[in-house]
Amino acid sequence: MSSVMKSASPLTADPLMIDGVEYQSRLLVGTGKYKDMEETRLAIEASGAEIITVAIRRTNIGQNADEPNLLEVLPPDRYTYLPNTAGCYSAEDAVRTCRLARELLDGHNLVKLEVLGDEKTLFPDIIQTLEAAETLIAEDFRIMVYTNDDPIIAKRFEDMGCVAVMPLAAPIGSGLGIRNPGNIRTIVENAKVPILVDAGVGCASDSAIAMELGCDGVLMNTAIAGAENPVLMASAMKKAIEAGRESFLAGRIPRKRFASASSPVDGLFF
Amino acid sequence: MLHMELVINGESQQVPEGTTAAALLARLGLENARLAMEVNQEIVPRSQFENCTFAPGDRIEIVRAIGGGGTNP
Repeated sequence: MSSVMKSASPLTADPLMIDGVEYQSRLLVGTGKYKDMEETRLAIEASGAEIITVAIRRTNIGQNADEPNLLEVLPPDRYTYLPNTAGCYSAEDAVRTCRLARELLDGHNLVKLEVLGDEKTLFPDIIQTLEAAETLIAEDFRIMVYTNDDPIIAKRFEDMGCVAVMPLAAPIGSGLGIRNPGNIRTIVENAKVPILVDAGVGCASDSAIAMELGCDGVLMNTAIAGAENPVLMASAMKKAIEAGRESFLAGRIPRKRFASASSPVDGLFF
Repeated sequence: MLHMELVINGESQQVPEGTTAAALLARLGLENARLAMEVNQEIVPRSQFENCTFAPGDRIEIVRAIGGGGTNP
């Protein structure tokens, strides 16, 4: 973000601001794909995340409702729920999902909008996403939008009124890391709203790179839930994002072609 | 008692005519569950559950929040 101040203050004085609300954690996590509810809870605690994405799905009819409920394990008064439109392939389905989510969560209007193009790539369908965003913004939803790493489209979503723009690092669940750092950097430089990398990171260093590019945060699910030890990976991601943020704010040295001695040349006695 | 057919989460069910949304949820064992409902793609606010009745063939969706991230098909 261009307005980021190069500051010597510690991270506690560097909150992430989304739609006027401050968050201390720059790691946002999904709650899917875990082995069970207990692993979900432990991993999300280890991640330090304050914003967690949830999916909206049909209630099981006729099956025992005794299974643990996500809203009990991860209470909405402790976490900011970010309902997402995962699985939607049309603007219409995404809009319906957001309306149901708002009703389900008592008027909570912050949502993650994603409208997918096809099952092979899970790349966003930008035409449908734009259409859904327009409808939802008119209905007073606050939208964090999943998009591709195209700076022109990212700016377009910002200009429409999306409260955060979330370009992919790589296809959802692929773990390929930041495929197009130049574009992510350009998106960050152009933006006045938070830019979060959403999808595609595989390991902690991928997250650190996203943060060093100047991103305001990273949203992930599979990289943690799919790790051999999800709780440990959640902890690693937390640290990587903090380290990456500090590294960005600290201002790295320029890359040079040749060596530059760290010890003074003056005073050599040989 | 006269019955009518509703399509609930994609499945046909017979319910007594005049069933309210609240009565339907009780019938399904969901009266205390955190959920949202739409009828023919229109949201039914929770405050209307006691008053809302259905017409034969209405398509009802009852949803909840579950674990999900980027995409869980």
